[in-house]
Amino acid sequence: MGLCQRCKKAQATFHLTNIDPHGNKMEQHLCERCAIEEGLQQAKSPVSVNEYVETFLASSKAGAAAASNLVCENCGITYIEFRNQGMLGCPDDYDAFKEHLAKLIERAQENATHHVGKTPKAPATRKPGPAEVRRLKKLLEEAVAAEDYERAAQLRDRIGELEKA
Amino acid sequence: MSAGLGDFAKQAGEWLRGVGPLHEIVISTRIRLARNIRGFFFLSRADAKMRADIADAAQSGIKKARTLGDLIHVDVEKLDELDRTLLVERHLISKQHAESSGARRVAFDATETSAVMINEEDHLRIQVMRSGLQLGEAWEQIDQIDTSLADQLEFAFHPQYGYLTACPTNVGTGIRVSVMLHLPALRLTNELEKVAQAARDMRLAIRGLHGEGTEALGDFFQISNQTTLGRCELDIIDDFRTVVIPKIVEYEQNARKALLKNRVHALDDKIWRAIGLLRHARLMSSNEAMQCLSHLRMGLHVGRVKDINLQTLNELFLQTQPAHLQKLQGERLNGEQRSIARATFIRSRLSNN
Repeated sequence: MGLCQRCKKAQATFHLTNIDPHGNKMEQHLCERCAIEEGLQQAKSPVSVNEYVETFLASSKAGAAAASNLVCENCGITYIEFRNQGMLGCPDDYDAFKEHLAKLIERAQENATHHVGKTPKAPATRKPGPAEVRRLKKLLEEAVAAEDYERAAQLRDRIGELEKA
Repeated sequence: MSAGLGDFAKQAGEWLRGVGPLHEIVISTRIRLARNIRGFFFLSRADAKMRADIADAAQSGIKKARTLGDLIHVDVEKLDELDRTLLVERHLISKQHAESSGARRVAFDATETSAVMINEEDHLRIQVMRSGLQLGEAWEQIDQIDTSLADQLEFAFHPQYGYLTACPTNVGTGIRVSVMLHLPALRLTNELEKVAQAARDMRLAIRGLHGEGTEALGDFFQISNQTTLGRCELDIIDDFRTVVIPKIVEYEQNARKALLKNRVHALDDKIWRAIGLLRHARLMSSNEAMQCLSHLRMGLHVGRVKDINLQTLNELFLQTQPAHLQKLQGERLNGEQRSIARATFIRSRLSNN
């Protein structure tokens, strides 16, 4: 994976090899932005999620400040970490970062805000796997170590419920 | 397991058979669904232990699922680089899946029309492949696979956002429809911009042979959807079936007709130069092979070449790629040795079919 030939800064994601009428091969390796400027790629084409987040945050300083304090209780990822890597940490993030993600998803998904299509059958009451219990126990240890007894109590109750189930 | 992978380098998967509707221009149809198992973190936050738990949970779900039948299960983590590349060349796993680290697996059926990647970007990436344009059939099969997996595994699902994915740009249906096209005439007539425009109008992406960030080698292009939320799977598929693909196929057919009518000498020259190189070259890179085979394929489909077997040609596209070539030779080869082996292999295949 090389750098963009035009701006020499961003990763080239757009690769085209043209053969002109004389049979000469011309290769172009451009980043999304330069490809747009060269007219090879749609201007509204999806840019990476990082760029969505960047532009969104840049558009609102208050948003940036608010986002910097957001953290998901379940997996511990912060909104800033997500912003830097483009990948969420767990399914709960969709609610933990709801306000920020909503705008981002809307932009990435042609203004769509709600799922339409297949939905899984109502799941039969299943036993959560041992992995889930193990994970909660690990969180419990961490909560105790951090002397967060309120959270530890919640986790203990949840583990008790699961082990009874 | 690795020993077993050598055998299937000898044949092309079902989807590469060069049959199916519009197969002269539409190489293959692929549909992929991204799914994650509830109760686990996404992979960016999962430690080695959790990754292994996810892989075990996914694999046991796949083994119990009723409609999947007997699949070949491969532990990608334990494969050497050559075998991983072999799977990438066969489109059974992605480049990203091959190159990442930690517990990751793949399960696929013997015909290679369906595969489930475990621990790629999402816990599961289910995919179905078909040769030619077979969107309806591919959707029916993947829908079934997904439903029977959902009986075994509880997928992360949100009342508003649908199936939850590690990257919010895949949320909702989690569907990626990709149609691979062979467009040599449009490249020769410098009309690829028309294809880009047709895709742009429908907000679809164009990529190279192996998807994201890969070059369009040998005039092969993949068209795929970007939007995954707010429209149901069948509507997303219908854009391809009724609008975009027929339009692009028509452009390519017209470009082929125009070449035959107005520039037949230039067309023949391209085709016969390709044949000359394929039959006589002593060193050949995989890119050059791809380009020559592409022109030969066009020559066959516009009726300017008669004595080449289409199946042989399809197999050559696959078997001249680096990992396949080394598997068939039965030894590891450096770049120059590969160029020699590739040229020799092509000469022998084209002289006796």
